[in-house]
Amino acid sequence: MEKEKAILTGNEAIARGAFEAGVKVATAYPGTPSTEILENISKYKSIYSQWSVNEKVALEVASGASIAGVRALVAMKHVGLNVAADPFMTLAYTGVNGGLVVISADDPGMHSSQNEQDNRYYSIMAKIPLLEPSDSQECKDFLKESFKISENFDIPVLLRTTTRISHSRSIVVLEEANEANQQISSSIKPYIKDSKKYVMIPAYAQIRHKDLLARWEKLKQYSNLSPLNKIVFPEYTRQNINKINLNKNKENLKRLGIITSGICYQFAKEIFYGIPILKLGMPAPLPENLIKDYLEGKDLIIIIEELAPFIQEQVQKINPGIEIIGKGFFPEYGELNTNIVRDLYLKLENTGYFKNGYSQTVKNSKEGTISSIIGRFEEKTIIDSFKKENKNIDEIQEIIKEIPPRPPVLCAGCSHRAVFYILKKLKLMVMGDIGCYTLAVLPPLNSIDTTLCMGAGVGQASGVEKANPEYKGKVVSVIGDSTFFHSGITSLIDNVFNKGTGLILILDNRITAMTGHQTNPGIGKTLSGEDTTAIMPENIATAVGVKNVRVVNPYDIKALEKAIKEELSKDELSVIVCRQECVLINKNKYINKNKYTINQETCKKCGLCIKLGCPAIEYKDERYLINESVCNNCGVCAQICPSKSITLKEN
Amino acid sequence: MNNVLKFKKNKYLSIYEDKIKNDEVISVLFAGVGGQGILLATAIMAHACLYEGFDVKVTEVHGMAQRGGSVVGSVRFGRKVFSPMISKADIIIALEKLESLRYIDKLENNGIIIINDYEILPMSVFSGKYLYPYEISKKIISFTINFFIVKAQDIAKTLDSIKTMNVILMGYLSNFLPIKKQNWISSIKKVVPEKIMDLNLKAFEMGRNL
Repeated sequence: MEKEKAILTGNEAIARGAFEAGVKVATAYPGTPSTEILENISKYKSIYSQWSVNEKVALEVASGASIAGVRALVAMKHVGLNVAADPFMTLAYTGVNGGLVVISADDPGMHSSQNEQDNRYYSIMAKIPLLEPSDSQECKDFLKESFKISENFDIPVLLRTTTRISHSRSIVVLEEANEANQQISSSIKPYIKDSKKYVMIPAYAQIRHKDLLARWEKLKQYSNLSPLNKIVFPEYTRQNINKINLNKNKENLKRLGIITSGICYQFAKEIFYGIPILKLGMPAPLPENLIKDYLEGKDLIIIIEELAPFIQEQVQKINPGIEIIGKGFFPEYGELNTNIVRDLYLKLENTGYFKNGYSQTVKNSKEGTISSIIGRFEEKTIIDSFKKENKNIDEIQEIIKEIPPRPPVLCAGCSHRAVFYILKKLKLMVMGDIGCYTLAVLPPLNSIDTTLCMGAGVGQASGVEKANPEYKGKVVSVIGDSTFFHSGITSLIDNVFNKGTGLILILDNRITAMTGHQTNPGIGKTLSGEDTTAIMPENIATAVGVKNVRVVNPYDIKALEKAIKEELSKDELSVIVCRQECVLINKNKYINKNKYTINQETCKKCGLCIKLGCPAIEYKDERYLINESVCNNCGVCAQICPSKSITLKEN
Repeated sequence: MNNVLKFKKNKYLSIYEDKIKNDEVISVLFAGVGGQGILLATAIMAHACLYEGFDVKVTEVHGMAQRGGSVVGSVRFGRKVFSPMISKADIIIALEKLESLRYIDKLENNGIIIINDYEILPMSVFSGKYLYPYEISKKIISFTINFFIVKAQDIAKTLDSIKTMNVILMGYLSNFLPIKKQNWISSIKKVVPEKIMDLNLKAFEMGRNL
């Protein structure tokens, strides 16, 4: 019988892979682009899954599951691995019992992140093997392979995806959960007490480090032989998208090599489809012998990878003599795409390389290398090539410039709006955090001064006051409910311990909103929807010794402003919990309710309401209006209107 | 369907059939606003491609959709598809009028634009910084005549559900692509939730017969 095919995102395929591999425990802290891995895993009854409070705890829970003898995975976004780095590094020493896989979803181009760090380096730093899938099918297959590697080599495995892998869909062949896997994961790996393996006191860690180096050597041998790393020969299909005929001089083409991995493999196949490509499904440890063999007889190597020259630097070490086109042409920031790779192809063609070969091309040039002839990729070259194809490009660009932008905004009725409106009004320095409310950095609220990482604002505000007491009463920190639990509690305690006198605002909208409504410790529900203890931030603040703790409804902006002013005037640490449910939690609540309206006769047209940046408030034909279908009747605009022209309309 | 339109549809159908025969990939870009159902639209098209026996890849933007931002997705299909991302689009289908212009530089020479005659004003227009390009056809016609304006809202109203606009447009789009009708129907049956299935099958049919 033919196996069922499905169209899955990379994240869905990883979840399916977890099911097929017989995973028993899966943990994560939500973070784009990784969030849907756990959301999809939670649909499989055979897997216990949970949102953890942060990535470090998530990895520790998964590691405990591995010690107990089952297959376990943990998923996070790239910056999450910084939080989990502590257990991650030492887990390489201890190794595993049941297979353990860490999934890092990187975000080149920063679609939804504060940096674009290249987590492949964690692999060689920790000596934890790295697998990089290039489509959804490989997400599933590589996850299953990761568990085998993990168990065979007594080591956790790092499976790294990027946004375009996590969030693009492609065809996946579904299989059932393998019986052998089920056995491995459920019973045949009992826990045996082994303190020399699991207790990393120096005496044992010294032994385990040597053991790790030996395991890494074995992994190097595996990498050379593993089908994860392979030379992909041209297929019978010829993708004609660039109308490029590569068969100009077959002898020259044999002397050109391409090495790539992850999503870049797809770009390479699309442009250089006629050339055998060395595809690294397991870029670390690098398959040195395989690469040596591949480099044999070649005079030019193109290495296509996003962000840092991770593969490039290692290949350079293997053969310092060979010319590599990699970083230097490709940018070290952002994503790559077919246009950038095509640009390289066209530039190579212009040098005459395909026709005349390497030595002839280099001989004819002053520069002495092909890299120096072709230079760097520049955005401009794409526009220029479009100009050749399309005479109207200037006109098109003019039209695009005039298109009204549609950036993301705080939702109509979002309770964060009121908070930042007041903070702006009081001209306070605002040390921020990461969540929906980070949008308050943009006009018209322009309120946030810093966003560094989760939990940072609370510590930063303390540092500002310690540096200069004149900032007392002029600086606040804001943090969300989920981020407070993630990494705000330790900084709160640090404030108490070190006699901080600042004001911490906890914006508690009763959900982890930005990543799409995941539960957190404050909600009273687990990932699987079971009831659990709801932990209230105000109780934590009181418990750790904060004397001034208040809970305010931010929709009541008078009360909010009063509370902020009063707490700022105190010479003690204060915490205000601004509690109001995210308007997206129960959208139906607002339909058919009385909506706010602007009385056109009394409206003085001062425009204060539109400065809230609420998508329900419109300015049309010199009139301020409220769009009833968008309004979620929070009433904040009605409270700030100087002429009291905004009122509830009877429905 | 009027005869001129029929002629054009057949013309494109044969162009795309030839592309497929040449092992080329056909790329369709979906543009719209969060909440308009672009994810469902790309899912319907992708499954139709799968049932037709094509390789297919889809991209979608996550995270910001609920917050009123522009949303873009794409479907690429053919005998073998590598990059999921579009460098040039054979077809742009815009669920909102002005969004048809945002990615116009991605349109292949002689590519098609299908525009839903439906406006959602962005904040940047309310604040008076930008003007909404109501006369969209005047702008587009200056560089392509291959555009089709669909009044999906009118049909959606007869079905009593504005949310069906995405599927009506899929019905319209289906005429241009070398995918059998039965595969579109199976796809809708697979992708759309049971309780709104009949409504969406009707919406597809009406869009297809426009």
